Amino acid sequence: MKTIITGAHILDPLNGVDTVCDLAIEDGRVAAVGAGLDRSGAELIDASGLHLFPGLIDVHVHLREPGQEYKETIATGTRAAAAGGFTAVAAMPNTNPVNDSASVTKYILGKASKEGVCRVYPVGAITKGSKGEDLADIGELAAAGCVAVTDDGHPVSSPLVMRRAMDYARGFGITVVSHCEDLALAAGGVMNEGEVSTLLGLPAIAAEAEESMVARDIMLASRTGAKLHLAHLSTKGSMELLRGARVAGLNVTGETAPHYFTLTDEEVKTFDAVYKMNPPLRTAQDLISVRSALASGVVSVIATDHAPHARDEKELEFEAAANGVIGLETSLGLALALYHEGIVPLKSIVAALTSGPAAALGLPGGNLALGAPADIVLVDLNEKWIVEPQNFQSKAVNCPFAGMTLKGRAVRTIVGGVTVYSDGKITVQNVEGAKQ
Amino acid sequence: MAALTREEINFFLDSAEGFLEIAKRPVKKVPALRGKTVVNLFFEPSTRTRVSFEIAQKRLSADAVNFTASSSSTKKGETLLDTVKNIEAMAPTVLVIRHGAAGAAHFVAARTSAAVVNAGDGRHEHPTQALLDLFTMRKQKGRIEGLKVAIIGDIANSRVARSNMHALRTMGAEVSICGPGTMLPPHPEVFGVKSCNRLADALDGADVVMALRIQKERQGVATLPSDREYATFYGIGPRSLELTKPDCIVMHPGPINRGVEISSEIVDGPRSVILQQVESGVAVRMAVVYILAGGDRE
Repeated sequence: MKTIITGAHILDPLNGVDTVCDLAIEDGRVAAVGAGLDRSGAELIDASGLHLFPGLIDVHVHLREPGQEYKETIATGTRAAAAGGFTAVAAMPNTNPVNDSASVTKYILGKASKEGVCRVYPVGAITKGSKGEDLADIGELAAAGCVAVTDDGHPVSSPLVMRRAMDYARGFGITVVSHCEDLALAAGGVMNEGEVSTLLGLPAIAAEAEESMVARDIMLASRTGAKLHLAHLSTKGSMELLRGARVAGLNVTGETAPHYFTLTDEEVKTFDAVYKMNPPLRTAQDLISVRSALASGVVSVIATDHAPHARDEKELEFEAAANGVIGLETSLGLALALYHEGIVPLKSIVAALTSGPAAALGLPGGNLALGAPADIVLVDLNEKWIVEPQNFQSKAVNCPFAGMTLKGRAVRTIVGGVTVYSDGKITVQNVEGAKQ
Repeated sequence: MAALTREEINFFLDSAEGFLEIAKRPVKKVPALRGKTVVNLFFEPSTRTRVSFEIAQKRLSADAVNFTASSSSTKKGETLLDTVKNIEAMAPTVLVIRHGAAGAAHFVAARTSAAVVNAGDGRHEHPTQALLDLFTMRKQKGRIEGLKVAIIGDIANSRVARSNMHALRTMGAEVSICGPGTMLPPHPEVFGVKSCNRLADALDGADVVMALRIQKERQGVATLPSDREYATFYGIGPRSLELTKPDCIVMHPGPINRGVEISSEIVDGPRSVILQQVESGVAVRMAVVYILAGGDRE
């Protein structure tokens, strides 16, 4: 069975492809990329006028299953991913129970193959129960299919435990993902410390609560030689620390999220908890710094930190509301805004959504090498659409971008050669048969 | 107070003038709000503000109902939204809300058709306190514009300070703030005030000194070594007033920690207008409730 996608502008940053040509898929894999491919007996997909990227990868997603299925499930979360152009997501371990054992990892993978419509890469916990004390069975987690470990949402406060985790994870070749936040310094804050928090009188988190732990973990990565990935970086200082680590040639990568390059703490003046997340929205200066770090490649990953919540967990006083926003269905459009505004080149944006995240967690995919599974997204760069969370595939609506007009969206998402999303609809029940 | 213009503030203050005299009548009641229901929703313990509002409402002949709950009820039980929906179903004209979370009054106002009065939200604002403070200053000094006002104490955690800084700057007063470094706001420039490390700098030539209560319940980790140290460096005593203008008045929003932020000598002395503030409070709150109940929601 051969499929040829014709006439698309193919952009594959890792392999240096940036041209209008055809792409052939055979047996679920990329069979050829080029002009004038033999079309005999092939099913043709006309993609003239569209861009073709490697399937997008989001390394920071909260699928909430097991345990918090009222917020999101593997079925709904992966449908949101597919609709957003993602062919693979990394699932954070702060489920209930925490993914700190092989049995939970296997449960997630089993569910994903039966009900998921994109690839799901579980991320295990660093410590048992993500309590920051004893190491989880990291070897067993890796063997069961975890691609990385993190205590996301619960920073590893003890530097010694973090150091041990890095030493230990290095032995299994998996990345340690750090949620950088000094809880003692953050002191229960709910927004960024700055002019806006001064006006509002909301308990605030200084940028240094993030930056001091970024610095600590970079130092520990340097000491241990572990592969470190810094989650959801949001401040100017973090960008500078990451730049230093990259220049020094350390095995350190960092991600930022669309909300950090789109919104600032000014939004909190509404007291609307849809603008509440952790790390919090920062200042305009931080936003500019995050954008330049994306343009320069210092930040090599855009990840959503997709954090679905039920309505009644968000429609509360700002201080009492849950942290987090959803992002899978808006990430591409928001990232493309940086291209349309001439802030970040298209190639850098696509890299930060494909090869960058693949490299950060050592995942397959993120490029269109011959023989690689055909994980592909077709994108209309110029389609204008209005963000309407009530029409999302995600169960949740805690989206701070509601009502915004975005330019550019995924029109077809292909996982292992199988079209999972097309023309606004999910087209499969699962991806059990997709090529790995 | 951040949103109010000079004209709006003057409108409230002028209206309060008319209500001040009612307290001096033998029958302290006017039929202005007969048949209107006012609900006082207090999610934080409060005596003086609640009593002040209640007296104001009763003197206007409104039917005042008190609802007291715990701010933490959201953690185990009814959400603020549900509470408001329930109260809303009983068709009140005005809701007066005091809550421990900043923005709580905004949250409620966006979800009810009743007029909402913010009686204090977290560390954010306490607008009627600022209005009564301005009212008192205007009574004592005949004006607000050009006054030098020193606000001393826990500025960062004080909704009273925040509302006063906004209102005083809007009205054209000069404002200095002073307190321990742990209690000063990180960006005083957003209020247009001068932040001083030394008490003497803040008090220099002041027309009004406002001492704030040290709010033990809002203190975090390691903000203050001791009450004694605070009293030594930031407490308002007789010597403090040698630096101010001779006719300087001293204010305090209460309740007072005597001997900590202010000495008894000053509280009970001739410069103190603390009880006038309380008196003004009823008149100002009558004006606020009356104006909002009348549908004038500007």
